[in-house]
Amino acid sequence: MELFLARLFDGLSAGATYAVIAVALVLIYKATTLINFAQGELAMLGSFVAYVLAVEQGLPIYVAVVVAMVITAALAGGIERVLIRPFDPSNHLPLVIITLGLFLLINAVAGMVWGFDPRRFPGVFPDGNAWTFGIARLRWYTVGTLATVVVLLVVLTILLNRTKIGLAFRAVSSNLESAGLVGVRAGPTLQFGWALAASVGTLAGVLFVSDPFRQLEPTYAQRVLIFASAAAVLGGLDSLWGALAGGLALGLVESIVVGYVEFIPSQMGLATAVFVIIAVLLVRPAGLFGTKVIERV
Amino acid sequence: MSTTSEALPSGAGVGPGAPLLELLDVSAAYGPVQVLHGISLVVAEGEVVVVLGANGAGKTTTIRSICGMVATQGSVLLGGKDIVGKRTADVARLGVAHVPQGRGTFSDLSVEDNLQLGAFTRKDGDVRDDIDRWYEVFPVLGERRAQSAGTLSGGEQQMLAVARALMGRPRLLLLDEPSLGLAPLIVQDLFRRLEGIKADLGTTMLVVEQNANLALGIADRAYVLEAGTIVLSGTAAELREDDAVRRAYLGY
Repeated sequence: MELFLARLFDGLSAGATYAVIAVALVLIYKATTLINFAQGELAMLGSFVAYVLAVEQGLPIYVAVVVAMVITAALAGGIERVLIRPFDPSNHLPLVIITLGLFLLINAVAGMVWGFDPRRFPGVFPDGNAWTFGIARLRWYTVGTLATVVVLLVVLTILLNRTKIGLAFRAVSSNLESAGLVGVRAGPTLQFGWALAASVGTLAGVLFVSDPFRQLEPTYAQRVLIFASAAAVLGGLDSLWGALAGGLALGLVESIVVGYVEFIPSQMGLATAVFVIIAVLLVRPAGLFGTKVIERV
Repeated sequence: MSTTSEALPSGAGVGPGAPLLELLDVSAAYGPVQVLHGISLVVAEGEVVVVLGANGAGKTTTIRSICGMVATQGSVLLGGKDIVGKRTADVARLGVAHVPQGRGTFSDLSVEDNLQLGAFTRKDGDVRDDIDRWYEVFPVLGERRAQSAGTLSGGEQQMLAVARALMGRPRLLLLDEPSLGLAPLIVQDLFRRLEGIKADLGTTMLVVEQNANLALGIADRAYVLEAGTIVLSGTAAELREDDAVRRAYLGY
């Protein structure tokens, strides 16, 4: 029982962080209809900004995180205006190449400015455990991260489904031409999407590196992105709540399956999880909660 | 009736209202392929005007040139103001609603969200009332308000597209081949609805259509487009009696 709880909590802890980044990925996909390679690097950049503000400038960590979210939102809005908007929004390939270029650029700039030595990011949640049962420990980090994801999802769900800008988002990603025909201006809508996704990405990145077992370095987002993409695909690429479910499922599969099935070595944890995803996608191509495309003509 | 390919003077042969839409010597091209060769037409306030033509004559391009969806030369005047070069969304904000070919519904959004989007540019508080009114006019949309638009049949999607366009309370409604891909009975029903809208709301419409019989039934005036040029224009009654139109478009 203790061992099971220990594995459950480990799985939740990993899963919560996969989920939070997956939410950011789903959001950028919904808001801009692009697979944005620069998303993870913007989150990394935002984490460094928060680090500088909190550790070097001595701001309280919560203030530092909020300011970093605002700064990355402004930066992403500027990127959209200067690098994305001049191109035809219905032709995705050039845009994806631009995001790939941004990925390299942001990564190189962060490496130049901050170097590649790992740094210890200040904790956002209290250290220690919320609950212990023998060797099983439920950390405050896990509880805090899960709670933040749920609050974030509620806020984003309301924003997308109950507000006018949310309606504009969904129109632009559903049918770009028709969005124009009803008077939705694609440019400003996508710009808001970039800004929102970047600030959520920064929050996600900060939550990820604030785990005392992790460190801040310019390459961290690249590894995270692999887990998070897997979680997002598992949940259904266009479902925010699916991203939470996908992230938790990925974390739990990694920890519990590998813990109990003896012939799978622990190094194969993530690979096992990816096999589970492939199996799910064979049965449900749209993911667990994604929209199945049904269309009559 | 006039048989002409040169620019009509604005307002020529128009009904009682002032001209709302005027195309003057409009040419349009997709890259190197020129589709419209200097067409002129006019739609007066409150009028229903139909553009007839075969496949590839330039009907869709005519409508797209009004909405900034194709490279356009010449003048497109809306209420006397030139709108050539404006973005599609900005033309829509001037009160031009466009039901595109293939209906252009937001297929993964709900029926209700589609109607909400039709009212996207409105600032008044009557949007809810208007949605409920369209649910009365098209009960099937009310029954399926929470369903995604892509699950509706073709006819239902066309009703949704028309209702969505009218949700914007447009000054001008553009309909691009509303009959396309619909069963004959559905098409008849659709045109009865359009006639009702004309009678009840007095909405100014420009309809491009291959189904000349039904289209002339609701039209005040019509133009015939051939190979990107207007070859004939007149009142609906005049065109119905024209032998060439009969043979080519009415089939009797």
